[in-house]
Amino acid sequence: MDKIVITSRIRLVFGSFFRSTCALLLTCLAVGAHAQDTLDITVMGSGGRLFPVIVPVFENEGRLPNSVSEIVRADLERSGLFKLVDISPMTLPESKVPDLAAMAARGADAVLAATVVASSNGNYEIRIRLFDATRADAKPELGGLVLRMPPAQYRMTAHQIADFIYEKLTGIPGYFATRIAYVVKNNKRYELHIADSDGMNAQPALRSPESIISPSWSPNGQQLAYVSFEAQKPVIYVHTLATGQRRVLANFKGSNSAPSWAPDGRRLAVVLTKDGLSQIYLINADGSGARRLMTSSGIDTEPAWSPDGQFIYFTSDRSGDPQIYRLNVASGSVERITFEGSYNVTPRPSLDGKRLAFMTRHDGHFRVAVQELASRQTTILTDSSRDESPSFAPNSNMILYATVAGGKGMLAAVSADGRVKQHLSIQAADVREPAWGPMQK
Amino acid sequence: MKKLLLPSLLVFALAGCGTTDTQETAADDAANAQNTNVKTVNVPPQSNTSGLPSWATDPSKNSVFFDYDSYVIRSDARSVIEAHAKLLSQQPVRKVTIQGNADERGSREYNLALGQKRAEAVRRALRLQGANDVQIEAVSLGKEHPRCTTSTETCYAENRRGDFVYLR
Repeated sequence: MDKIVITSRIRLVFGSFFRSTCALLLTCLAVGAHAQDTLDITVMGSGGRLFPVIVPVFENEGRLPNSVSEIVRADLERSGLFKLVDISPMTLPESKVPDLAAMAARGADAVLAATVVASSNGNYEIRIRLFDATRADAKPELGGLVLRMPPAQYRMTAHQIADFIYEKLTGIPGYFATRIAYVVKNNKRYELHIADSDGMNAQPALRSPESIISPSWSPNGQQLAYVSFEAQKPVIYVHTLATGQRRVLANFKGSNSAPSWAPDGRRLAVVLTKDGLSQIYLINADGSGARRLMTSSGIDTEPAWSPDGQFIYFTSDRSGDPQIYRLNVASGSVERITFEGSYNVTPRPSLDGKRLAFMTRHDGHFRVAVQELASRQTTILTDSSRDESPSFAPNSNMILYATVAGGKGMLAAVSADGRVKQHLSIQAADVREPAWGPMQK
Repeated sequence: MKKLLLPSLLVFALAGCGTTDTQETAADDAANAQNTNVKTVNVPPQSNTSGLPSWATDPSKNSVFFDYDSYVIRSDARSVIEAHAKLLSQQPVRKVTIQGNADERGSREYNLALGQKRAEAVRRALRLQGANDVQIEAVSLGKEHPRCTTSTETCYAENRRGDFVYLR
């Protein structure tokens, strides 16, 4: 019934002059800012025909302490969907409709006009308008935005502008104004890091001599639950990012692992072994009221909530091999989701509830797969051999995962159709256990 | 791509003419605030070997190994388990942690569950040999504490293991 389709991908490793320039630009940014901690992003493949768009230097952008338009262009470029048409040093003021025929003649299908205005309180206002250059006859404006920002927030503001352009031109919400969590292993030291979706602005939240795994974002993006081995056994903590304060969520006799926040933010599904083998429990966010959800004779683990809170997807070996199932939380009924192959684990549903990313073993290789839940059609998205920990971007389109290349752990991202691929790496360190955070509110 | 992008361009061109929204970028966003709030964990040495016979800390006598995809105590592990069970019966206040481990293949959390299954098998065997339940805690380190770190069958076999650790 289920069909495994190996997708054909376009592999463009530095396939064009444009991509080489982009990779170089990102490398330069990386060296300039936080050389050691920054994730270096390389686009490995792109989504077919690239959509040509102009994001000029903003009018009065020189008044800003840092360039914003540069970050917008890098975001769009990295998405693998856009080609940036360069018109520098020309700027396009937001107050006027640009000469769209001239911009179309330069090869652009869409054009951003943008102006920076300094406010009296030391903050800035960025005014943008987006135009369709192919509709110069009719009303060509696609929409506009005014963003007010303190100077220190230039990166997040740039990501919001990139999200606006991405959504207007593709019809899919953007994912640039988001954060990711991951674990860096360096000489037997472990650090839990939080970075912007472009790998910049990376900050450690936790440093430990013991392993840290399974970070899970709270729905509001303010807390992370994770498993730490600092007590020589797995214990679940909830960590508030703004304060650096954390508390034990679950430290029962045995192992405590695989936390997953319910969409309401008040409860988590966790895996405890206090009654024997690994089983799934519900626990309140303050650590109280642990209650077992199911009783199975084997292993139940890796719970993950559907975004509507109706189901908990999980991995179980109740039929022999590890396969993915889902529990209807209200009725208690359990339905098997994966049938193809003998090893399907780590279910992670998309925020729109339509897709399930998971890890599958195929010819002895561990790869990222995605299932369209309505049709049950399954596609293997990667061709590497040690992929782990898939996690959807909040736009339900990109999947972040861990992989191993050259004996070193690194992060990678792939679009749900398998066409866009990126590698994210940190020099001289092992990176693993990524988790894509929610949209910034 | 053209197919995907152009109809949506049209939709937005029709629906979104000239609308301008205003967004504020928060001044105190968490990414900045956490800058100064890194939590650092220090782990004190936790083993307590005082009063233990010397064999109990000999690495060759405090590990039991498992076959691939198996959670059954092998016959070559019985003497090790018997010795620890006897020690626990003789020292009823002594507590032991059984740390289960798995090889590096597959997901971290599923491997954690597999390590638990091995630790649980050792815990049951100890109980059958007369150790008291309150003396034993079965936990898993999954694939987080490999004793051997190359990707070979020999190495995987060494990592499919349960260890006896006297913490208190």
